[in-house]
Amino acid sequence: MLKIEDINVYYGAIHALKGISLEVPEGEIVTLIGANGAGKSTTLRTISGLLKPRTGTITFEGKNIAGSPAQDIVKQGVSQVPEGRRIFANMSVLENLELGAYIRSDSKGIAQDLENVFQRFPRLRERKSQVAGTLSGGEQQMLAMGRALMSRPRLLLLDEPSMGLAPLLVKEIFAIIKEINASGTTILLVEQNANMALSIAQKAYVLETGRITLSGTAKELSESEAVRKAYLGG
Amino acid sequence: MTGMRQKTKNDLLMLAAGIVIYAVVQTLISVGFIQDYWERNIVYVCINIILATSLNLINGITGQFSIGHAGFMAVGAYVGAIMTVKFGLPLAGGIVAGALGAAVLGFIIGLPTLRLTGDYLAIATLGLGEIIRITILNIPYVGGASGFMGIPKLTNFTWAFFMMLFVLFFIKNFVNSTHGRACVSIRENEIAAEAMGIDTTKYKVMAFTLGAAFAGVAGALFSHYTYIAHPASFTFMRSFDILTMVVLGGLGSMSGSIVGAIFFTWVSAFFAEWPEWRMVIYSLLLIILMLFRPQGLFGNKELSLKMFGRLTGGERRGTAQGN
Repeated sequence: MLKIEDINVYYGAIHALKGISLEVPEGEIVTLIGANGAGKSTTLRTISGLLKPRTGTITFEGKNIAGSPAQDIVKQGVSQVPEGRRIFANMSVLENLELGAYIRSDSKGIAQDLENVFQRFPRLRERKSQVAGTLSGGEQQMLAMGRALMSRPRLLLLDEPSMGLAPLLVKEIFAIIKEINASGTTILLVEQNANMALSIAQKAYVLETGRITLSGTAKELSESEAVRKAYLGG
Repeated sequence: MTGMRQKTKNDLLMLAAGIVIYAVVQTLISVGFIQDYWERNIVYVCINIILATSLNLINGITGQFSIGHAGFMAVGAYVGAIMTVKFGLPLAGGIVAGALGAAVLGFIIGLPTLRLTGDYLAIATLGLGEIIRITILNIPYVGGASGFMGIPKLTNFTWAFFMMLFVLFFIKNFVNSTHGRACVSIRENEIAAEAMGIDTTKYKVMAFTLGAAFAGVAGALFSHYTYIAHPASFTFMRSFDILTMVVLGGLGSMSGSIVGAIFFTWVSAFFAEWPEWRMVIYSLLLIILMLFRPQGLFGNKELSLKMFGRLTGGERRGTAQGN
Protein backbone atom coordinates (compact mmCIF):
# COMPACT_ATOMS: atom_id res chain seq x y z
CA MET A 1 0.00 0.00 0.00
CA LEU A 2 2.78 2.38 0.98
CA LYS A 3 6.25 1.96 -0.38
CA ILE A 4 9.18 4.17 0.47
CA GLU A 5 12.29 3.89 -1.64
CA ASP A 6 15.63 5.34 -0.74
CA ILE A 7 14.52 8.68 0.69
CA ASN A 8 16.99 11.24 1.96
CA VAL A 9 15.70 13.98 4.23
CA TYR A 10 17.69 16.92 5.54
CA TYR A 11 17.13 19.47 8.28
CA GLY A 12 19.22 22.24 6.78
CA ALA A 13 22.71 20.74 6.69
CA ILE A 14 21.83 17.77 8.89
CA HIS A 15 21.29 14.55 7.01
CA ALA A 16 18.43 13.06 9.03
CA LEU A 17 17.30 10.11 6.90
CA LYS A 18 20.00 8.37 4.92
CA GLY A 19 18.40 6.34 2.20
CA ILE A 20 15.47 4.70 3.96
CA SER A 21 13.29 2.14 2.22
CA LEU A 22 10.33 0.42 3.75
CA GLU A 23 7.01 -1.06 2.85
CA VAL A 24 3.60 -1.10 4.52
CA PRO A 25 1.28 -3.81 3.13
CA GLU A 26 -2.44 -3.17 3.18
CA GLY A 27 -4.30 -4.20 6.32
CA GLU A 28 -1.23 -4.68 8.50
CA ILE A 29 0.30 -2.91 11.45
CA VAL A 30 3.89 -2.02 10.70
CA THR A 31 6.06 -0.54 13.40
CA LEU A 32 9.17 1.56 13.30
CA ILE A 33 11.25 1.36 16.45
CA GLY A 34 14.47 2.99 17.48
CA ALA A 35 16.11 5.29 19.99
CA ASN A 36 15.73 9.06 20.30
CA GLY A 37 16.95 10.90 17.26
CA ALA A 38 16.98 7.81 15.06
CA GLY A 39 14.64 9.45 12.55
CA LYS A 40 11.35 7.73 13.33
CA SER A 41 9.26 10.87 13.55
CA THR A 42 11.11 12.37 10.62
CA THR A 43 10.06 9.38 8.53
CA LEU A 44 6.40 9.85 9.49
CA ARG A 45 6.51 13.58 8.91
CA THR A 46 8.00 12.98 5.48
CA ILE A 47 5.24 10.56 4.56
CA SER A 48 2.52 12.96 5.65
CA GLY A 49 4.09 15.83 3.73
CA LEU A 50 5.16 18.02 6.64
CA LEU A 51 8.74 17.50 5.44
CA LYS A 52 9.96 17.06 1.90
CA PRO A 53 12.53 14.44 0.93
CA ARG A 54 15.45 15.66 -1.13
CA THR A 55 15.64 12.42 -3.10
CA GLY A 56 13.70 9.16 -3.24
CA THR A 57 10.09 8.20 -3.83
CA ILE A 58 7.11 7.56 -1.60
CA THR A 59 4.43 5.58 -3.36
CA PHE A 60 0.95 5.38 -1.87
CA GLU A 61 -1.40 3.08 -3.76
CA GLY A 62 0.71 3.38 -6.89
CA LYS A 63 1.00 7.18 -6.81
CA ASN A 64 4.16 9.05 -5.94
CA ILE A 65 3.34 11.43 -3.11
CA ALA A 66 6.88 12.49 -2.21
CA GLY A 67 6.99 16.26 -1.96
CA SER A 68 3.23 16.80 -2.32
CA PRO A 69 1.74 19.35 0.07
CA ALA A 70 0.32 17.90 3.29
CA GLN A 71 -3.29 18.71 2.41
CA ASP A 72 -3.11 16.68 -0.81
CA ILE A 73 -1.69 13.70 1.03
CA VAL A 74 -4.51 13.82 3.61
CA LYS A 75 -6.96 13.84 0.70
CA GLN A 76 -5.38 10.67 -0.67
CA GLY A 77 -6.24 8.92 2.59
CA VAL A 78 -3.18 9.23 4.80
CA SER A 79 -3.76 10.76 8.23
CA GLN A 80 -1.24 11.44 10.95
CA VAL A 81 -1.56 11.58 14.72
CA PRO A 82 1.32 13.91 15.49
CA GLU A 83 3.80 13.32 18.28
CA GLY A 84 2.79 14.90 21.56
CA ARG A 85 -0.87 14.79 20.50
CA ARG A 86 -1.09 18.44 19.43
CA ILE A 87 -4.79 18.85 19.95
CA PHE A 88 -6.41 22.27 19.51
CA ALA A 89 -6.32 23.12 23.19
CA ASN A 90 -8.80 26.01 23.30
CA MET A 91 -11.44 24.30 21.19
CA SER A 92 -14.03 21.86 22.42
CA VAL A 93 -13.67 18.13 21.89
CA LEU A 94 -16.39 18.24 19.25
CA GLU A 95 -14.72 21.09 17.38
CA ASN A 96 -11.44 19.18 17.38
CA LEU A 97 -13.13 16.18 15.82
CA GLU A 98 -14.96 18.32 13.29
CA LEU A 99 -11.68 19.85 12.20
CA GLY A 100 -10.41 16.34 11.63
CA ALA A 101 -13.03 16.05 8.91
CA TYR A 102 -11.90 19.35 7.44
CA ILE A 103 -11.18 17.98 3.96
CA ARG A 104 -14.55 16.27 3.69
CA SER A 105 -17.89 17.76 2.78
CA ASP A 106 -20.25 14.76 3.01
CA SER A 107 -22.12 15.72 6.16
CA LYS A 108 -23.83 12.31 6.40
CA GLY A 109 -20.54 10.43 6.30
CA ILE A 110 -19.04 12.85 8.80
CA ALA A 111 -21.92 12.34 11.24
CA GLN A 112 -21.51 8.58 10.80
CA ASP A 113 -17.77 8.74 11.50
CA LEU A 114 -18.34 11.02 14.47
CA GLU A 115 -20.65 8.37 15.89
CA ASN A 116 -17.99 5.71 15.21
CA VAL A 117 -15.35 7.73 17.02
CA PHE A 118 -17.66 8.24 19.99
CA GLN A 119 -18.35 4.52 20.07
CA ARG A 120 -14.67 3.73 20.03
CA PHE A 121 -13.87 6.38 22.62
CA PRO A 122 -16.92 6.71 24.91
CA ARG A 123 -14.90 9.05 27.10
CA LEU A 124 -14.88 11.62 24.31
CA ARG A 125 -18.65 11.55 24.05
CA GLU A 126 -18.93 12.31 27.75
CA ARG A 127 -16.64 15.29 27.27
CA LYS A 128 -17.98 16.45 23.95
CA SER A 129 -18.34 20.12 24.84
CA GLN A 130 -15.39 20.29 27.22
CA VAL A 131 -12.39 22.42 26.23
CA ALA A 132 -9.82 19.96 24.89
CA GLY A 133 -6.91 21.42 26.84
CA THR A 134 -8.54 20.33 30.09
CA LEU A 135 -8.57 16.65 29.16
CA SER A 136 -6.10 14.25 30.77
CA GLY A 137 -3.12 13.03 28.75
CA GLY A 138 -4.77 9.75 27.86
CA GLU A 139 -7.98 11.45 26.80
CA GLN A 140 -6.00 13.88 24.68
CA GLN A 141 -4.30 10.96 22.94
CA MET A 142 -7.73 9.45 22.27
CA LEU A 143 -8.90 12.78 20.92
CA ALA A 144 -5.88 13.07 18.65
CA MET A 145 -6.55 9.58 17.31
CA GLY A 146 -10.26 10.24 16.93
CA ARG A 147 -9.50 13.45 15.10
CA ALA A 148 -7.21 11.64 12.66
CA LEU A 149 -9.88 8.98 12.07
CA MET A 150 -12.40 11.66 11.14
CA SER A 151 -10.73 12.10 7.76
CA ARG A 152 -11.54 8.41 7.14
CA PRO A 153 -7.94 7.47 6.37
CA ARG A 154 -6.88 4.21 4.76
CA LEU A 155 -3.43 4.60 6.26
CA LEU A 156 -3.07 5.92 9.79
CA LEU A 157 0.33 7.20 10.93
CA LEU A 158 0.75 7.07 14.69
CA ASP A 159 3.64 8.94 16.25
CA GLU A 160 4.46 7.68 19.76
CA PRO A 161 0.92 7.18 21.06
CA SER A 162 2.30 5.89 24.38
CA MET A 163 4.29 9.02 25.13
CA GLY A 164 3.82 10.24 28.68
CA LEU A 165 1.00 7.85 29.51
CA ALA A 166 0.61 5.52 32.47
CA PRO A 167 1.21 1.80 31.70
CA LEU A 168 -2.47 0.92 32.07
CA LEU A 169 -3.48 3.62 29.65
CA VAL A 170 -0.79 2.52 27.22
CA LYS A 171 -2.38 -0.94 27.22
CA GLU A 172 -5.77 0.59 26.54
CA ILE A 173 -4.47 2.73 23.69
CA PHE A 174 -2.73 -0.24 22.09
CA ALA A 175 -5.88 -2.32 22.33
CA ILE A 176 -7.69 0.46 20.50
CA ILE A 177 -4.99 0.59 17.83
CA LYS A 178 -5.53 -3.13 17.24
CA GLU A 179 -9.27 -2.56 16.95
CA ILE A 180 -8.82 0.25 14.46
CA ASN A 181 -6.60 -2.02 12.42
CA ALA A 182 -9.10 -4.86 12.61
CA SER A 183 -11.79 -2.60 11.17
CA GLY A 184 -9.72 -2.14 8.04
CA THR A 185 -7.28 0.72 8.55
CA THR A 186 -3.64 0.07 7.78
CA ILE A 187 -1.33 1.42 10.47
CA LEU A 188 2.24 2.63 10.55
CA LEU A 189 3.23 2.94 14.19
CA VAL A 190 6.29 4.74 15.49
CA GLU A 191 7.21 3.82 19.05
CA GLN A 192 9.91 3.94 21.65
CA ASN A 193 8.03 1.35 23.66
CA ALA A 194 9.39 -1.46 21.51
CA ASN A 195 7.84 -4.23 23.58
CA MET A 196 4.32 -2.99 23.13
CA ALA A 197 4.82 -2.08 19.51
CA LEU A 198 6.23 -5.47 18.56
CA SER A 199 3.42 -7.22 20.39
CA ILE A 200 0.72 -5.83 18.09
CA ALA A 201 2.63 -5.39 14.82
CA GLN A 202 3.07 -7.89 12.01
CA LYS A 203 6.15 -6.29 10.53
CA ALA A 204 8.87 -4.13 12.05
CA TYR A 205 11.82 -1.97 11.12
CA VAL A 206 14.62 -0.82 13.41
CA LEU A 207 16.00 2.63 12.75
CA GLU A 208 19.38 3.82 13.94
CA THR A 209 20.74 7.31 13.22
CA GLY A 210 18.85 7.68 9.98
CA ARG A 211 19.36 4.17 8.62
CA ILE A 212 17.31 1.01 8.78
CA THR A 213 19.52 -1.52 10.47
CA LEU A 214 17.12 -4.41 10.88
CA SER A 215 13.81 -5.48 9.47
CA GLY A 216 11.59 -8.53 9.56
CA THR A 217 8.39 -9.84 11.05
CA ALA A 218 7.63 -8.52 14.50
CA LYS A 219 8.14 -12.02 15.89
CA GLU A 220 11.59 -12.38 14.37
CA LEU A 221 12.67 -9.03 15.70
CA SER A 222 11.40 -9.55 19.20
CA GLU A 223 13.42 -12.76 19.31
CA SER A 224 16.53 -11.24 17.76
CA GLU A 225 19.48 -10.94 20.08
CA ALA A 226 20.47 -7.46 18.91
CA VAL A 227 16.99 -6.01 19.35
CA ARG A 228 16.53 -7.62 22.75
CA LYS A 229 19.78 -6.10 23.97
CA ALA A 230 19.21 -2.66 22.58
CA TYR A 231 15.48 -2.05 22.97
CA LEU A 232 13.80 -4.72 25.05
CA GLY A 233 15.99 -4.61 28.13
CA GLY A 234 18.03 -7.83 27.77
CA MET B 1 -27.18 22.08 11.89
CA THR B 2 -29.50 22.91 14.78
CA GLY B 3 -27.60 26.14 15.25
CA MET B 4 -28.39 27.37 11.77
CA ARG B 5 -31.76 28.92 12.52
CA GLN B 6 -30.48 30.17 15.85
CA LYS B 7 -27.58 31.83 14.06
CA THR B 8 -29.79 33.65 11.58
CA LYS B 9 -31.98 34.76 14.44
CA ASN B 10 -28.97 36.11 16.32
CA ASP B 11 -27.79 37.89 13.19
CA LEU B 12 -31.16 39.56 12.72
CA LEU B 13 -31.25 40.51 16.38
CA MET B 14 -27.83 42.10 16.10
CA LEU B 15 -28.76 43.87 12.91
CA ALA B 16 -31.89 45.24 14.59
CA ALA B 17 -29.83 46.38 17.58
CA GLY B 18 -27.40 48.07 15.20
CA ILE B 19 -30.17 49.92 13.41
CA VAL B 20 -31.69 51.05 16.70
CA ILE B 21 -28.33 52.39 17.87
CA TYR B 22 -27.91 54.12 14.51
CA ALA B 23 -31.38 55.68 14.66
CA VAL B 24 -30.86 56.98 18.20
CA VAL B 25 -27.42 58.48 17.52
CA GLN B 26 -28.45 59.92 14.14
CA THR B 27 -31.52 61.55 15.68
CA LEU B 28 -29.41 63.06 18.45
CA ILE B 29 -27.02 64.41 15.83
CA SER B 30 -29.85 65.86 13.72
CA VAL B 31 -31.49 67.67 16.60
CA GLY B 32 -28.11 69.07 17.58
CA PHE B 33 -27.85 67.28 20.90
CA ILE B 34 -24.60 65.63 19.82
CA GLN B 35 -22.22 68.41 18.81
CA ASP B 36 -19.18 68.41 16.53
CA TYR B 37 -16.70 67.19 19.12
CA TRP B 38 -18.79 64.21 20.10
CA GLU B 39 -19.81 63.43 16.57
CA ARG B 40 -16.19 63.38 15.46
CA ASN B 41 -15.24 60.97 18.19
CA ILE B 42 -18.20 58.74 17.43
CA VAL B 43 -17.03 58.51 13.81
CA TYR B 44 -13.51 57.74 15.06
CA VAL B 45 -14.95 55.00 17.24
CA CYS B 46 -16.53 53.39 14.16
CA ILE B 47 -13.28 53.64 12.19
CA ASN B 48 -11.26 52.28 15.10
CA ILE B 49 -13.65 49.37 15.53
CA ILE B 50 -13.06 48.46 11.88
CA LEU B 51 -9.30 48.68 12.41
CA ALA B 52 -9.31 46.73 15.66
CA THR B 53 -11.55 43.89 14.50
CA SER B 54 -9.65 43.53 11.23
CA LEU B 55 -6.32 43.36 13.09
CA ASN B 56 -7.91 40.90 15.50
CA LEU B 57 -8.70 38.68 12.54
CA ILE B 58 -4.97 38.45 11.79
CA ASN B 59 -3.49 38.58 15.29
CA GLY B 60 -6.18 37.10 17.47
CA ILE B 61 -8.06 34.63 15.30
CA THR B 62 -5.28 33.35 13.05
CA GLY B 63 -2.49 33.99 15.55
CA GLN B 64 -0.11 35.74 13.15
CA PHE B 65 1.46 38.64 14.97
CA SER B 66 1.27 41.58 12.59
CA ILE B 67 2.02 45.17 13.63
CA GLY B 68 1.96 46.98 10.32
CA HIS B 69 -1.74 47.71 10.17
CA ALA B 70 -1.27 51.47 9.75
CA GLY B 71 0.45 50.78 6.44
CA PHE B 72 -2.66 49.16 4.98
CA MET B 73 -4.80 51.90 6.43
CA ALA B 74 -2.55 54.42 4.63
CA VAL B 75 -2.94 52.59 1.33
CA GLY B 76 -6.72 52.68 1.72
CA ALA B 77 -6.66 56.35 2.66
CA TYR B 78 -4.55 57.38 -0.32
CA VAL B 79 -6.04 55.11 -2.97
CA GLY B 80 -9.52 56.14 -1.84
CA ALA B 81 -8.58 59.81 -2.00
CA ILE B 82 -7.03 59.45 -5.47
CA MET B 83 -10.27 57.92 -6.71
CA THR B 84 -12.51 60.67 -5.38
CA VAL B 85 -10.20 63.65 -6.00
CA LYS B 86 -8.43 62.75 -9.25
CA PHE B 87 -11.09 60.56 -10.86
CA GLY B 88 -14.19 62.08 -9.38
CA LEU B 89 -15.66 58.84 -8.07
CA PRO B 90 -18.19 58.92 -5.21
CA LEU B 91 -17.15 57.82 -1.72
CA ALA B 92 -18.34 54.25 -2.31
CA GLY B 93 -15.92 53.97 -5.21
CA GLY B 94 -13.15 55.35 -3.04
CA ILE B 95 -13.84 52.84 -0.29
CA VAL B 96 -13.96 49.89 -2.68
CA ALA B 97 -10.77 51.01 -4.43
CA GLY B 98 -9.05 51.62 -1.11
CA ALA B 99 -10.02 48.18 0.13
CA LEU B 100 -8.88 46.54 -3.10
CA GLY B 101 -5.57 48.42 -3.09
CA ALA B 102 -4.85 47.41 0.50
CA ALA B 103 -5.95 43.82 -0.20
CA VAL B 104 -3.68 43.46 -3.23
CA LEU B 105 -0.76 44.83 -1.26
CA GLY B 106 -1.62 42.62 1.72
CA PHE B 107 -1.71 39.59 -0.55
CA ILE B 108 1.61 40.37 -2.22
CA ILE B 109 3.29 41.13 1.10
CA GLY B 110 1.60 38.30 2.99
CA LEU B 111 2.68 35.56 0.62
CA PRO B 112 6.40 35.77 1.46
CA THR B 113 6.26 37.21 5.01
CA LEU B 114 3.74 34.77 6.47
CA ARG B 115 6.41 32.08 6.27
CA LEU B 116 7.89 33.84 9.27
CA THR B 117 6.56 33.24 12.76
CA GLY B 118 6.32 35.10 16.05
CA ASP B 119 8.84 37.89 16.61
CA TYR B 120 10.21 37.69 13.09
CA LEU B 121 6.81 38.24 11.53
CA ALA B 122 6.20 41.15 13.92
CA ILE B 123 9.47 42.81 12.90
CA ALA B 124 8.83 42.21 9.20
CA THR B 125 5.31 43.70 9.32
CA LEU B 126 6.53 46.63 11.41
CA GLY B 127 9.11 47.33 8.73
CA LEU B 128 6.58 46.92 5.93
CA GLY B 129 4.26 49.46 7.51
CA GLU B 130 7.11 51.95 7.58
CA ILE B 131 8.13 51.15 4.00
CA ILE B 132 4.60 51.90 2.84
CA ARG B 133 4.57 55.19 4.72
CA ILE B 134 7.98 56.31 3.44
CA THR B 135 7.10 55.31 -0.11
CA ILE B 136 4.00 57.52 0.07
CA LEU B 137 6.11 60.29 1.55
CA ASN B 138 8.16 60.29 -1.65
CA ILE B 139 5.39 60.27 -4.22
CA PRO B 140 4.72 63.87 -5.36
CA TYR B 141 1.52 62.75 -7.12
CA VAL B 142 -0.17 62.35 -3.74
CA GLY B 143 1.41 65.38 -2.12
CA GLY B 144 4.54 63.81 -0.68
CA ALA B 145 5.55 65.10 2.73
CA SER B 146 2.96 67.86 2.83
CA GLY B 147 0.14 65.35 2.53
CA PHE B 148 -2.72 64.82 0.12
CA MET B 149 -4.88 67.92 0.47
CA GLY B 150 -8.29 68.91 -0.72
CA ILE B 151 -10.06 65.64 -0.07
CA PRO B 152 -13.81 66.28 0.11
CA LYS B 153 -15.43 65.49 3.45
CA LEU B 154 -17.70 62.72 2.31
CA THR B 155 -17.60 60.45 5.35
CA ASN B 156 -20.32 61.03 7.89
CA PHE B 157 -21.73 59.06 10.78
CA THR B 158 -24.02 57.08 8.48
CA TRP B 159 -21.18 55.89 6.25
CA ALA B 160 -18.86 55.10 9.15
CA PHE B 161 -21.54 53.24 11.07
CA PHE B 162 -22.82 51.08 8.25
CA MET B 163 -19.35 50.25 6.97
CA MET B 164 -18.51 49.21 10.52
CA LEU B 165 -21.64 47.09 10.71
CA PHE B 166 -20.79 45.46 7.40
CA VAL B 167 -17.22 44.67 8.48
CA LEU B 168 -18.41 43.29 11.82
CA PHE B 169 -20.92 40.96 10.17
CA PHE B 170 -18.43 39.89 7.57
CA ILE B 171 -15.74 39.02 10.11
CA LYS B 172 -18.19 37.37 12.49
CA ASN B 173 -19.53 35.09 9.76
CA PHE B 174 -16.05 34.44 8.44
CA VAL B 175 -14.86 33.31 11.86
CA ASN B 176 -17.84 30.96 12.23
CA SER B 177 -17.35 29.46 8.77
CA THR B 178 -15.14 26.55 7.74
CA HIS B 179 -12.48 29.05 6.74
CA GLY B 180 -12.61 30.73 10.13
CA ARG B 181 -12.32 27.42 11.94
CA ALA B 182 -9.29 26.62 9.83
CA CYS B 183 -7.76 29.96 10.87
CA VAL B 184 -8.40 29.28 14.55
CA SER B 185 -6.85 25.82 14.22
CA ILE B 186 -3.70 27.44 12.82
CA ARG B 187 -3.53 29.63 15.89
CA GLU B 188 -4.11 26.66 18.18
CA ASN B 189 -1.58 24.36 16.59
CA GLU B 190 -0.14 24.89 13.19
CA ILE B 191 1.41 21.43 12.81
CA ALA B 192 -1.80 19.67 13.78
CA ALA B 193 -3.76 21.91 11.42
CA GLU B 194 -1.43 20.96 8.61
CA ALA B 195 -1.70 17.28 9.51
CA MET B 196 -5.50 17.61 9.30
CA GLY B 197 -5.14 18.67 5.68
CA ILE B 198 -5.60 22.40 6.19
CA ASP B 199 -3.62 24.49 3.71
CA THR B 200 -2.11 26.71 6.38
CA THR B 201 -0.37 29.13 4.00
CA LYS B 202 -3.61 29.72 2.13
CA TYR B 203 -5.54 30.61 5.27
CA LYS B 204 -2.82 32.76 6.75
CA VAL B 205 -2.65 34.75 3.52
CA MET B 206 -6.46 34.85 3.34
CA ALA B 207 -6.79 36.28 6.85
CA PHE B 208 -3.98 38.73 6.22
CA THR B 209 -5.50 39.92 2.93
CA LEU B 210 -8.96 40.31 4.46
CA GLY B 211 -7.54 42.19 7.43
CA ALA B 212 -5.62 44.47 5.09
CA ALA B 213 -8.71 45.11 2.96
CA PHE B 214 -10.74 46.21 5.97
CA ALA B 215 -7.89 48.41 7.17
CA GLY B 216 -8.11 49.96 3.71
CA VAL B 217 -11.83 50.60 4.23
CA ALA B 218 -11.03 52.32 7.52
CA GLY B 219 -8.31 54.35 5.82
CA ALA B 220 -10.62 55.56 3.06
CA LEU B 221 -13.27 56.56 5.61
CA PHE B 222 -10.61 58.33 7.64
CA SER B 223 -9.10 60.40 4.82
CA HIS B 224 -12.56 61.48 3.67
CA TYR B 225 -13.35 62.70 7.13
CA THR B 226 -10.23 64.75 7.87
CA TYR B 227 -9.89 66.59 4.50
CA ILE B 228 -6.28 65.49 4.29
CA ALA B 229 -4.27 62.29 4.14
CA HIS B 230 -0.89 62.82 5.70
CA PRO B 231 1.94 60.28 6.07
CA ALA B 232 2.36 61.36 9.69
CA SER B 233 -1.08 59.90 10.48
CA PHE B 234 0.14 56.43 9.56
CA THR B 235 3.32 55.94 11.54
CA PHE B 236 4.01 52.80 13.55
CA MET B 237 2.48 54.59 16.53
CA ARG B 238 -0.87 54.20 14.79
CA SER B 239 -0.20 50.48 14.37
CA PHE B 240 0.55 50.25 18.08
CA ASP B 241 -2.64 52.13 18.91
CA ILE B 242 -4.65 49.54 16.98
CA LEU B 243 -2.73 46.71 18.59
CA THR B 244 -3.38 48.22 22.02
CA MET B 245 -7.13 48.20 21.35
CA VAL B 246 -6.99 44.53 20.37
CA VAL B 247 -4.82 43.45 23.29
CA LEU B 248 -6.86 45.53 25.73
CA GLY B 249 -10.05 43.78 24.65
CA GLY B 250 -8.46 40.36 24.46
CA LEU B 251 -6.73 38.73 21.49
CA GLY B 252 -9.18 36.58 19.59
CA SER B 253 -12.36 38.18 20.91
CA MET B 254 -14.37 40.34 18.55
CA SER B 255 -16.43 41.87 21.32
CA GLY B 256 -13.13 42.57 23.06
CA SER B 257 -11.82 44.46 20.05
CA ILE B 258 -15.01 46.50 19.87
CA VAL B 259 -14.90 47.43 23.54
CA GLY B 260 -11.16 48.07 23.30
CA ALA B 261 -11.66 50.41 20.34
CA ILE B 262 -14.47 52.34 22.05
CA PHE B 263 -12.55 52.65 25.28
CA PHE B 264 -9.32 53.62 23.59
CA THR B 265 -10.92 56.27 21.38
CA TRP B 266 -12.55 58.00 24.31
CA VAL B 267 -9.46 57.85 26.49
CA SER B 268 -7.38 59.44 23.76
CA ALA B 269 -10.11 62.04 23.07
CA PHE B 270 -10.24 62.86 26.76
CA PHE B 271 -6.50 63.28 27.03
CA ALA B 272 -6.13 65.05 23.69
CA GLU B 273 -5.22 68.28 25.45
CA TRP B 274 -2.44 66.60 27.40
CA PRO B 275 -0.80 64.41 24.78
CA GLU B 276 2.18 63.62 27.00
CA TRP B 277 -0.17 62.18 29.63
CA ARG B 278 -1.89 60.08 27.03
CA MET B 279 1.14 57.87 26.62
CA VAL B 280 1.54 57.55 30.38
CA ILE B 281 -2.07 56.46 30.70
CA TYR B 282 -1.69 53.87 27.93
CA SER B 283 1.36 52.35 29.51
CA LEU B 284 -0.26 52.32 32.93
CA LEU B 285 -3.36 50.70 31.46
CA LEU B 286 -1.35 48.00 29.78
CA ILE B 287 0.74 47.33 32.88
CA ILE B 288 -2.38 47.03 35.03
CA LEU B 289 -3.94 44.78 32.42
CA MET B 290 -0.88 42.52 32.30
CA LEU B 291 -0.89 42.26 36.09
CA PHE B 292 -4.54 41.57 36.66
CA ARG B 293 -5.95 40.30 33.40
CA PRO B 294 -3.18 39.20 31.03
CA GLN B 295 -5.65 37.63 28.61
CA GLY B 296 -7.33 41.01 27.99
CA LEU B 297 -10.75 42.17 29.12
CA PHE B 298 -12.59 39.37 27.34
CA GLY B 299 -9.90 36.73 26.99
CA ASN B 300 -10.76 34.98 23.76
CA LYS B 301 -14.44 34.75 24.63
CA GLU B 302 -17.27 36.66 23.06
CA LEU B 303 -19.84 38.76 24.81
CA SER B 304 -23.01 36.74 24.91
CA LEU B 305 -26.14 36.32 26.93
CA LYS B 306 -24.60 33.19 28.41
CA MET B 307 -21.99 35.37 30.05
CA PHE B 308 -24.64 37.33 31.91
CA GLY B 309 -26.30 34.09 32.85
CA ARG B 310 -23.10 32.97 34.50
CA LEU B 311 -22.61 36.27 36.27
CA THR B 312 -25.91 35.84 38.01
CA GLY B 313 -25.03 32.23 38.77
CA GLY B 314 -27.74 30.86 36.52
CA GLU B 315 -25.72 28.52 34.37
CA ARG B 316 -22.49 26.95 35.51
CA ARG B 317 -20.39 25.52 32.78
CA GLY B 318 -16.65 25.46 32.58
CA THR B 319 -16.72 25.78 28.85
CA ALA B 320 -18.85 28.79 27.94
CA GLN B 321 -17.38 29.14 24.47
CA GLY B 322 -19.86 31.66 23.23
CA ASN B 323 -20.08 32.71 19.65
